Amino acid sequence: MSEGFSITVNGKRVRVAEGTSVAAAMMMANEPCRLSAQGEARGALCGMGICMECGATVNGVAHQRTCQLICTPEMAVATG
Amino acid sequence: MSTSFDVVVVGAGPGGMAAAAVAAEAGRRVCVLDGNAAPGGQIWRGSRAETARKYPHGREFLNWRARFEHGGCALWQGWQVIDRPAPGFLRVECDGEGRDIGFGKLILATGARERFLPFPGWTLPGVMGAGGLQALVKGGLDPQGKRVVLAGSGPLLLAVAAGLQSVGARIVGIYEQAPLSRLAGFGLTLLGQLGKLAEGARYRLKTRHAAYRTNSWVVQAEGRDRVEQVTVTDGHKQSKLDCDWLACGFHLVPNLELPRLLGCRTVGGYVEVDRLQQSSVPEVACVGELTGIGGLEKALVEGQIAGWAAVGREADARALTPKRQRLQRFALRMDRAFALRPELRTLAKAETVVCRCEDVAQSALEGCACWREARLHTRCGMGACQGRVCGAAAEFLFGWESSGARPPVFPAAVSTLAAEADTPKSVRR
Repeated sequence: MSEGFSITVNGKRVRVAEGTSVAAAMMMANEPCRLSAQGEARGALCGMGICMECGATVNGVAHQRTCQLICTPEMAVATG
Repeated sequence: MSTSFDVVVVGAGPGGMAAAAVAAEAGRRVCVLDGNAAPGGQIWRGSRAETARKYPHGREFLNWRARFEHGGCALWQGWQVIDRPAPGFLRVECDGEGRDIGFGKLILATGARERFLPFPGWTLPGVMGAGGLQALVKGGLDPQGKRVVLAGSGPLLLAVAAGLQSVGARIVGIYEQAPLSRLAGFGLTLLGQLGKLAEGARYRLKTRHAAYRTNSWVVQAEGRDRVEQVTVTDGHKQSKLDCDWLACGFHLVPNLELPRLLGCRTVGGYVEVDRLQQSSVPEVACVGELTGIGGLEKALVEGQIAGWAAVGREADARALTPKRQRLQRFALRMDRAFALRPELRTLAKAETVVCRCEDVAQSALEGCACWREARLHTRCGMGACQGRVCGAAAEFLFGWESSGARPPVFPAAVSTLAAEADTPKSVRR
């Protein structure tokens, strides 16, 4: 595995290893993936792209299933 | 642009890979559609050549992947099936691009998901499925030093606990809701299968320092911004456990959305198939967890059967019938062993969210007579997951059965949904 690279999660710079899923990076940054209809913080639940709880905004695109998405250098991720 | 294949397989887990490899080796044009980032399904998620060789089921993965690649299967990775625009066609999407794909034979190997049940605090970040946490760790989540409670039901709990422990997590305890008597009655078959699921019997040894309690279940999770403490009970006494993560899944349920959309008949929560894995819909076969939760070996055997059947080699398919029957009996026994106890129906309080997508509380559902009414009156099951989480919960909590699937079976771009069917009359067979 390479040295990794950094991405931002809600503006925080986070270093991740190559191959890290965006949902895993968000958890390690202690940031929720999304806010629910009533504003509760939610994080990944199923880990396999089914529950949609890990939906976040990635590089400006909303509702991305972050557990199915692999981090790329300088990716900007925000709680969706 | 439409494309057609002799055989289209949905799902690149063990069942789908086996089906595709067999059909391709027989000379058919085969395409495999898979929504994940890499082939292997959930059980082989994150398998890499350099590490997989060390484990029996890792070697199995490499073997099937080699056959699959050698056979020249087209692998459409990252494509989700959305709809069936016309008989003999599926509409699929990847990154907002929609296409129609034609098939002569269709083999569905869409696998299973965990059943989640609502309890106070289950929506807190840090509460995940057991398989969910395993997948996240395979996706780079650092488990070093994390205190993990596992709760729920099924062989996955033990397998996940052992896996987590081997990569540095601290297993606080494993809480299996099924009574020991039922697991013991299940006996050596289960332990033998667990051995396979869990990369060998050493799994039990590895977790020997952590409590494995049967007849025990989670009551609530608490924490400020994320889970910090979990309450478990054995029905008499409650204990509070400090933890960083709660991994909680109540066995598995099949991903029936696509077979239901296509009209495949289901019985007892699984797709009804004949000995050649043929469903009630002509040209549609179903394999693996769709026909009974039985794990890796069952999926491989059924996949091969469906692959042989799709190319007209019925004798080869039938040679696997005895194995298939043994594995199907095993699946039935596993369902009985891990049947959910009625106390789990009382965990959710009035204010506990049942539908996480739409934040629908338990109290809103209590007056509803059926799933349809709940959907119409409360929006339960109408959110982004389309009832994939709360549907299985509501089925257990209220006895409501989901009444089939409607397109799109997965969230899709409007342009994909609105496109004219691109389905030429002549489909290559």
